[in-house]
Parts: sequence; structure tokens; C-alpha cells
Amino acid sequence: MFIIDYIKEVYSAVKSLLKGMKLTGYYFTHHKEIITQQYPEVKQTLPERFRGEVVMLHDENNEHACTGCTACELACPNATIKIITKFDVSPEGKKKKALDTFVYHLELCTMCNLCIEACPTDAIKMAQTFEHSVFDRSLLTKKLNKPGSKIREGVE
Amino acid sequence: MFEEIGTTAEGDLVINMGPQHPATHGVLHLLITLNGETIKKVEPHLGYIHRSIEKMCESLTYRQFIYVTSRMDYLSAHINNHCCALCVEKGLQIEIPSRAQVIRILVDELTRIASHELWWGAMAMDLGAFTPFFYAFRERETINDIMEETSGARLTMNYIVPGGVMADIHPNFQKRVKSFIQLFKSKVDEYDELVTGNVIFQGRMKGVGVLSKEDAISYGCTGPAARGSGVNCDIRKLYPYEIYNTLEFDEILETAGDSFARYMVRIREMKQSIRIIEQLIDNIPEGDFQAKTKAVLKLPKGEFYQRVETARGELGVYIISEGGTTPYRIKFRSPGFSNLSALDHIARAGKIGDLVATMGTLDLVIPDIDR
Repeated sequence: MFIIDYIKEVYSAVKSLLKGMKLTGYYFTHHKEIITQQYPEVKQTLPERFRGEVVMLHDENNEHACTGCTACELACPNATIKIITKFDVSPEGKKKKALDTFVYHLELCTMCNLCIEACPTDAIKMAQTFEHSVFDRSLLTKKLNKPGSKIREGVE
Repeated sequence: MFEEIGTTAEGDLVINMGPQHPATHGVLHLLITLNGETIKKVEPHLGYIHRSIEKMCESLTYRQFIYVTSRMDYLSAHINNHCCALCVEKGLQIEIPSRAQVIRILVDELTRIASHELWWGAMAMDLGAFTPFFYAFRERETINDIMEETSGARLTMNYIVPGGVMADIHPNFQKRVKSFIQLFKSKVDEYDELVTGNVIFQGRMKGVGVLSKEDAISYGCTGPAARGSGVNCDIRKLYPYEIYNTLEFDEILETAGDSFARYMVRIREMKQSIRIIEQLIDNIPEGDFQAKTKAVLKLPKGEFYQRVETARGELGVYIISEGGTTPYRIKFRSPGFSNLSALDHIARAGKIGDLVATMGTLDLVIPDIDR
């Protein structure tokens, strides 16, 4: 009787191995879709909420909505954002605080989205980019407001 | 004292496994004392990926410190964030909208499935089977895409914030999750066919690395590692948070305590997670996804503790507040650390070839252990 049990065991073992091989063989011949992408030639469109880097929105008149309130700077856990403000003098002679430079350190950023949440005027947003590699580290420190841009009328 | 590499006075061999070893899934360093092929002692050496997260949290505000916890147990990032958010909410005593609660549980359970799937693929690869790795990652990719669409990130989401969730679910979320669970149900059976029933796999798992119920309790093991030994330790059942007490699901228990029991707990747990998602996905209540909170959160003076069930076990967050905007002290009770402490006990007197299987079933995530 020992020999029959032994043969039974070998039979069930081979059966279990063939079962797994059958599944592998099925997928080998029935690949429904090709999952891998030919990356540099074909680029995937990323979802709109994807967090790639912080950018500042400018309209066609080169105007942005940043008031220089430093809410994003305070919200950032890694000191990624540094806001340098200046004083604009209006025609009436009134002094008003305004944004001079929006410094963004991409190399420190962890894409946690807290600055976007904190911004009261929706001046900044996350861009759907991911190819950030550069040859020099200093290139990762960016100035987000475009040269010559100014604050949009009516944004307080 | 730590053993030195080489031969001991008794003639035992002391060898290194790691810190750079493909089966340790990270920078875990094991010093193994061997008598022939039999393990006499396993000594885990930690600290290779220590980033002093607890100390870092002391200088971050209650909104800021949550993103750091995604980097502890990166495979259950949502659940880590959830625990911190719950602990802060406990201190603030704010009510969370029911929509946010349901979304939180949905993403938690999706994370649990993704984590168990990655574990399943990596575990089978440790034992020499390469195909399961691809199959597991194929389905996990779908979850990652769903997460990416809703929260904007694939691994370190920072989606659950104090007061609710950061953004409402994406309009495609329900549709995609439903199609995923339809697909996934058939895939779990395929996993069984491919790996669970395999005779070589069973031969290497059954009766190997036995952890008794008493030892599981005394080592503080939690999660699937302890439930494989028959310990009732599912926090979702014992200390229900959010709306887990209104949901129908089973706590998975196996009694054998060996590697195969721990394996089966995780496979069956994936099916329970599917069950939870099925109950909720069509019943997401309308309303706000975030409660109104102040811009600067201040916890009252005192101590707050919250625990949740991550994919690996019980995670505890302990906050001591002095009434300011930053915590005075934060302590994380991570599941991986306690589970690792039992490794020496269960691997002892076993063969070195079985160590990889034993370690695989403990599902260690090294950044979670070192923090």
C-alpha cells in the first residue's frame, strides 16, 4: 500500500506543477494588452492631479495672482519655498507689499501638496511633469514668477 | 556583545546576511550563527535607514508631520497618514464628515490589497518563483493608477489630512474601483492556482518557522504574523475606528502558526478587503470631504494615543502636546519592529534555507522598523 500512496503523491505533485505552468502558458499566449511602454518615444499622459512640481500660473498679460502673503512658505515642511517681497508704490503714493521673487527649491520638495492647499488666491499649482534631472544642482532652484510679471488687478 | 564574522570558539560559523541582500527587501543586516546548516542565532542589526522621523516631527506642525509618516511604512502610506490624522482629530475633538470617513476606509483597504499583493509577489520571488512577481505587480499597478488619479501620487500620497481628506475623489474613482474588484476576484483564485497549491511551495512553507500563540503575544507580534498563530489582534474589530464597526467582515485566524498559516492569512485578508470595498463603493454619502478646521492647528495640553490596523499590524501614534502648534514628543509604535523581534525565536533550530521563507512571511518593511 505504501507504493500506491507514493505514486498518488507524485501524481498530485506533478499535477499541481502543471496547473501553475498552464496558467503561465495561458498568459504567455493570451496577452490582452501590452503593459510596458516605449518610454522616451511614447509618453504617458499623467492625471491632472499628478504632483510633479510647483508652478505659478500666469495669464496672457503676464500677470499672476500671488500677493506675497507667505502662506505657502509657512505651510511647507521642508523650507522648499522662499518668498522675497518688495514694496510697490501706487500713483497715489501708497506703499503696498508685493511679490518680488518666488524662489522654489525643487531638490527639497517632496510633493506633499500642502502649499497648494494653503494658497488663498490659487496662485500656484502642481504641474504634471516628471523629467526633472539636470546636470547641475543649482538648476533645480527656480524662480517661479516670470520676469516682468505683476499681480493681477483685483487680487487681494 | 555583537558576534564577529568568522568562526566562534565552539566552531560555529558566523555569517552576514545583508545589509545589501535581495531577500531582505531593504537594508536589514542579519548576523547568523550557524552550526552546519542549522541556525543557532539570528541577530538583526538596525539603523541603516534611520532618519529620526520622530525627532523631525517635533519641529513640524500638526499638518506638516503627516507627510513624513508616508515614508515609514511606504506600502501602507494611507493607513499611516490615517492614524496620525485620527490622533490629531482626537486632540482637536472635531467631527469628520461621513463622506470623508468612507473615502478614508476605501483608500485604506485598497492600500491593504496593494501591500499584500506586493508582499505576495516578493515572497514568491524569495522562494525562487519569478512569474508571481509580474502577476502581482500587474494588478497592483491598477491600484496605483487609481491612487494617482485621486490623490496625485503613487506611493507617498499625503491624502488623508486632519479634518478629512485633501481632495474629493476623482469622478472616475468609483467606476475604476468597481472594475478593479471585478478583475481582482478572479485573480486571487489564479494566485492560489499558481502558488498556493504548488507542491514545492507547500513543502517549503508548511511546518517551517512555527510561532506559537503564547510567543506571538509575548513578542508583541501583531497583524497577519500574529493572526497566523491564532491571536485575535485585528484593531478594526477590537478597537474599531471610523465606521469599521458598521461593516461586515471577518477577522482571519489560522491556528498552525507556521509560514504557510501566515501566508494564508494574507491571501484571505485580501478577499475580506474586497468585501469591505464592495459594501462601501456604491454607498459613498454626499457631503463635504473635509471638516472646517483652522489654518493653524493647536492641540490642547495632554497626551493622545490612536492605533490602527496597517497591512503589517498595529500602528500606534502617541502625541504629547504642550498646547503649541508643534508636538512636544511623538512616538510611533510600528508593527514591523515587534514582528522582527520574533524572527530570532522562530528561525532558531531551523535550516538556513528556510530563513528566507520565514522572513518573507513576517512581511518586513525596513523603513518602518528603523523610522
